[in-house]
This record gives sequence, C-alpha cells and structure tokens, in this order.
Amino acid sequence: MVQHIKEFFAAERDEGMHAVGTSEVRSDISGHVTGKTQFYADRQIRGLLHLKMVRSPHDHARIRGVDVSEAARMPGVVRVLGHADVPANIYTILKLIQVEPDDEPVLADGKVRYKGEPVLAVIAESEAAARAAVARVKVDYEVLPAVLDVEEALKPGAPLVNEYHGHNYFTYEGHHCRRVRHGDVDKGFAAADHVIEERYQSAPIEHAPVETTGCVVVPEANGRLTCYSNTQALFFTLDNAALILKVPFQKLRLIGGTVGGGFGGKVDVIVEPIAMLAAMLTNRPVNFGYSREEEMQVSSPRAAERIYIKDGVMKDGRIVARQIRLYVDSGAYSRHSPYGTTKAAAHMPGPYTIPNVHVDCHCVYTNRTPSSAMRGFGVTIGDFALEVQMDKLARLLRMDPIEFRMRNAYRDGDMKAHGKVTDGAALVEVMQAAAKMADWPLSAQGARASSLRRES
Amino acid sequence: MAKARGRGVAAVNYPTGMNLGGDPSQALIHATTTGNFVVSLAAVDLGQGLKTVMAQICAEAIGVPVETVIIDTGDTDTGPHDMGTFASRATHRVGNAIIAAAREAREALMQVAADEMEVGVADLVTDGKGKIHVVGVPGKSISVIEVALAAHFKHGRTVSGRGMVLPTRSYPDPKTGKMSPANTYAHACTVAEVEVDTETGEVTVLSLKSAYEIGRALNPRMVEQQIVGGAWMGMSHALYETTEPYYPDRSHGPVDFNEYLMPGPGDLPVFESAILERPSSDGPYGAKGVGEMTANSPIPAIANAIFDAVGVRVDSLPITPEKVLRGILLLNRAEAG
Repeated sequence: MVQHIKEFFAAERDEGMHAVGTSEVRSDISGHVTGKTQFYADRQIRGLLHLKMVRSPHDHARIRGVDVSEAARMPGVVRVLGHADVPANIYTILKLIQVEPDDEPVLADGKVRYKGEPVLAVIAESEAAARAAVARVKVDYEVLPAVLDVEEALKPGAPLVNEYHGHNYFTYEGHHCRRVRHGDVDKGFAAADHVIEERYQSAPIEHAPVETTGCVVVPEANGRLTCYSNTQALFFTLDNAALILKVPFQKLRLIGGTVGGGFGGKVDVIVEPIAMLAAMLTNRPVNFGYSREEEMQVSSPRAAERIYIKDGVMKDGRIVARQIRLYVDSGAYSRHSPYGTTKAAAHMPGPYTIPNVHVDCHCVYTNRTPSSAMRGFGVTIGDFALEVQMDKLARLLRMDPIEFRMRNAYRDGDMKAHGKVTDGAALVEVMQAAAKMADWPLSAQGARASSLRRES
Repeated sequence: MAKARGRGVAAVNYPTGMNLGGDPSQALIHATTTGNFVVSLAAVDLGQGLKTVMAQICAEAIGVPVETVIIDTGDTDTGPHDMGTFASRATHRVGNAIIAAAREAREALMQVAADEMEVGVADLVTDGKGKIHVVGVPGKSISVIEVALAAHFKHGRTVSGRGMVLPTRSYPDPKTGKMSPANTYAHACTVAEVEVDTETGEVTVLSLKSAYEIGRALNPRMVEQQIVGGAWMGMSHALYETTEPYYPDRSHGPVDFNEYLMPGPGDLPVFESAILERPSSDGPYGAKGVGEMTANSPIPAIANAIFDAVGVRVDSLPITPEKVLRGILLLNRAEAG
C-alpha cells in the first residue's frame, strides 16, 4: 500500500479540489481484465494480407544479389517488395525535430548493418504463406567485418557501420559527443582527498510488452489509407510515414490509442510505413505485426551503455569533481538514440551539487539491432552507475550512504552542471521518508536537512 | 546452504518532458447539448490510465463532475496534434493543454449561466457536482445541463475551448552543454533488502521501500500502479533481463518468454511506498511525470544491497547468479590465499 505523506511542503499545496487527487477507477480496466478491449489486431477485416520480412542473417554484409523468383511463385504470395519500391527509402525518425542525417533504409539497399535488418517484404494471403515464401528468398551476401563494441567502434580503422555518418558516432553540432562543462575538473581532482574511477556496463533490454508492435492498414474507397496502429505517437507516425511514402499528409489517417504496453518500444516508426506501402501497391488491407522473436531481437531495445565515472571527494564527504565518459550503443542506426544521449548528458552528474563537472556522452554506431527509447530513456542506466558509485564513495569515506548523499544532494538555488538553477528540489525529503519506512537511523542533522536550504 | 542478507539505498531524480525536441500538445473541448464535455485529443493511453487522469483534470478545471467528461482520443482525423506518449510528458503536457481549453469553455459556460440567471459572472461558483450557484444566495442555482441546453437552443453560443502548450525548445550549447532539458523533476529514494544464496549466487529481493516526490498525485491509486509496476521492472532490469546475455557478443539472444527471464509473481518482494508532493510551478495542479522514474531507483539499491550482503560488486547489468557467484568465489579465494 501507498502512504500519502502530507507533512512535507504542506505550505506549497492547495487543497480542496473535487476531481483531482481522487482515485477514479481507470476507464479501461474492466475491458482489459474481461478481454473486451479492442486492440488493433482484434478487427475483423475481409481480404487481409500479411507481410513478413526477409531479414539479414549477418551482422554486416554486402548484398550481391537477391533472387525472389521461387518465393514469388509460392502459393498465396501476392508481391515481394524491395528497396526500389519505397519512394523515400532512407529516413531517420527524428527528422521531424531536425535531427540529421537520414541514415536508415526502410528496406536494405546494397548492404545490411545488423543481424535481423529487413531486406525484402513478402506480402501473402496468410501469415503461413508469407513465412514459407520468406524462407525461399535467396540473398547472396558478402560478409563484412563487424564491430560490436562501442569503444572498439571509435578506434581508427574500425569497420565503418553507417556510411551516412561517415564515422561511427553521431555528430553534435560539430562535436563528436554531447558535452557538459562546468567548473574545472582537473583542479577539483588535484584538490581532492581521494580520486576513484569506476566502470559500469549494461546489456540491451527488451520492453517486453504483452502486445507486440504492429498495425493493419486499410485502403479506403476515398483513396486514403487508414492505419490501425499501437504506436505511442500517432502524429509522429503519420508525418514520418507520409515523408517515406511521398504522399500528401491528408492521405493518411492513424487510429490507435489502445496499446498493450509501450514502455518506449512503440515510438519507432517501423511497421507502419512498409505496411502502408504494401496496402497502396496491392490495394488490399495489410497486416504487419511482429512475432515475439522479432519483438525481442529486431525491435529496438534499451541501449547498452558503458559509463566511466571518475570522482574527487573530500574527507568530509563533499564531491568536488566528477568526470563522466558515457557510451550509448546506438546499434546500426540513429532512431531516437542521439536524443537519449543528450538526455543522458543533461542528467549528469545526478541530483547532486558538484562544482566541477566534465561530461562526454557518445552516441556510437555498432553492427547490432538499433536501440531506441525505453522507459527512463537516457537516465535509467546512468542512475545505476551514479548510485552504485555513490555507495562506493560513502564506504570509502566510512560515511552512512544516506548522510553522504544528503551532504551532496542539490538544494533550491544551486547551480546545475547544465547551467540551470535548481528549483523544486525534494531529494533530501524522499531520503528522509524512505529512511523512516526502512527504520534506517539518521543523524539529527540528516533528519533536519531540507531541500529548501543548504545547512551551513 | 548459506544465505546472507543486506540492504542498499539509492536516490534519483527524473525530468518531465522533452524540452530538447520541442514538445507541443493540443486539446479541444466542447459541451454537448446536455452538458457533457467532450475532450478531443490525439494522445495515446498506454494502459497507464491517461484517459482517466485527463477526465479528472478537465472536470476540475471546468468545475463539473468527472462522469460528465468524455475523452475522445486516438484518431488523427478528429484529435488535434500531440507529440506522443513518452518522456513522462503526457500528464504534464496534455494536462496543461486541457486546463487551457477548459478555462475557455468554463468562461463560456459561466457567461451563459449568468445571462440565464441575470446575475454577474463574478457572483457564480461551480460546485463540481453539476450545478452553478449564486454566491451568498442559498437555493439560487442552475444545473450545467440547463445552461448547456440554453446555450445551444436559446443563446446560440458554443460552450467550448481550445488549449495548446508549447514549452520553449532548448538547444544545448555544443561546447558547454548549457541547456534547459526539462520543466520539472520528480524524485525517488529506494531502500532494498536482499538475500543472497552464497552457494548459487541467486538473489532474492525481500523488500523495496520507496518514497516518491511527484509534485501532485492526480490519482493516487494510479500512481501506486506506476510505482509497483515500475519497481517490478527495475528489479527485473537489475537481476534478470537482457536480449544479449553475453553482450557485446550477440549469441544466445532470447526469442521468447522461456528464454527471456523476468521475475514472476512469486519473485516479487514486499513493496512499501510513500508519496510526497511538492507541486511543480508549471505542472497541471502541480503534477510532475511519475511514469518512467519508478523503475530507476530499485536497480542501484538492489546492487548496493548485494554488496552489503556478500561484499561483491557487480558493476554490469543484469546482475546474474553467475556474476554474483564468481564474485563470491573470488573473495573466498582471496581470503584463503
């Protein structure tokens, strides 16, 4: 059960609202638990075709040729699409917020850059027929050296993952990484009583929604396409799809809003554009939904990150310098990772006031499934590294880990490393509340501390 | 078989919104002839309860019962633009757009009510139960239904409103990283208690005790859902999940839920949670985004608790029994040697 603690910040709250603050029952809950909720795939649509992808079995390879003759003759196969069928085949999702360059093909053109990359789209009368035909497509690959480690990828002579970038990192306004500079870390380290540097690593993580990513596209009699989708962002999908298909935006209609779990996994625009194209070219409704295997190995995971944190601390518990090198494994393409990497930089050095901070966050291309947004984007893995680091520092200084955090926790009015003044801070108070729940003893000073002011 | 217990703590903050990308949302509200309020949106409810919270915000801002609000969303032909549901932005952004639209709709509603009752607008209050009262005149009131009917059939007026939010986009300085990445920050602290089997390296999470400062709990029960779901996900990230178990080696990638490990109901710890509220200056009724952050603090808290229990630091996720056991064996060897 959740307790509602009112003693903190009472002076800052208005009370007496009639609708806000009440525990209204979630409007869709009874539909969800009784199986009555209609998800995109629950619509009965006559004449529905099914799309399945021919995918790369290699991390990195040149495509020397494709032979679809046998597949195209298979029973139930309606059409096989290749990159030449896609009007604007090379795109990048965040172009809508002016992120460049376009770096990802809807269907592979001459090369594959990760295992599982879509090469050809088979459209057939049934899922089974589509799957059977996919197995009969012959692609002649010349395997190329792959790079799978973020730091290896940045070394001179590493295989080039993505030609559209020309190097294995995203460029931030002429810089090879997203930087944050605050104070002078070298001076801070020189003055510190202890300096430690630690390395943290995570592996990619799947969103694991109950409902896999997918859509159904229906060509309407009026010449428009209706796309029933479980995307987390309807207009983002519509706008990107119209650009890829080179159709007027008015031609597309997205219907969704009922999603069986998103967690950031359904903000990429991957299934809709190709399913719309298939529906346009066949003039039939088309379904493209990921299998569980595709959801786990082909849809974007949470990026693996490697994080080095170097800290200078004083014996009294003050952190005086923090230097961070963070590598986001973007996989073969950008998707949302350039944004997540900036978000990671903005998050550093954590909710602590440190006078000298130096952050380099690298968005790195490797020959793996492109990573993208996930709950806690740019922050979750950074928090793991920061908070384990804080535990190590507290033990190094033989301080209580909560008291050590309170010593450094940001307070209202403190300057952050990215140049904003802190307001609305409450880190001290959540620690006090959690300590109380866990019977974690605090010193008198720790119990008295407040985010509103820094005690002298 | 030996079991060692330990506990660890972690404290985090989390930004609300996507200020680094431009982050607009719109809402349109109109009253039906019988005094219901339709909120047209293009926002997506992921199952977290967005539609319910949006109805509450609209009801609060207009001053009508929640049951009279209809949320119409999920169609780009009928809903005005929304960026999408991500970055803990939906409650904050869409909520603010609804408040702006509701302010306009309320103004129209109150003007018609004033005209109907021949009093000044300033003398009217809504009771949140479907009536509008004249202040200081007990018994003098009119129902929202009567006002809506009169607006349509007598006054020829729409009771409607348009709302839009566009937080200023922040462009980071490429040299220094000066930027304004978020409007507001939520906060969390978790104390984790674990038990480690020193023969197998298996970790059991016994309890997760957490406090969350979220600005304002617009719907406390749904906040609790986010807290429990997020803590479960955090525990899963800490100890179980990855699509590449031997990263950066790509082999042995799981393809189904038999291979992709996550904690089941029997693995869940005792959850104890507390909500604190420090209203944000720009959130709807002070709310901050709580959706994403709930997964974050349990991960390092569990890692720190494992160290507390057995003296092993595993600095790579997930913290599998294999990694813990290797650490324990290394420690034992060092002690023996």
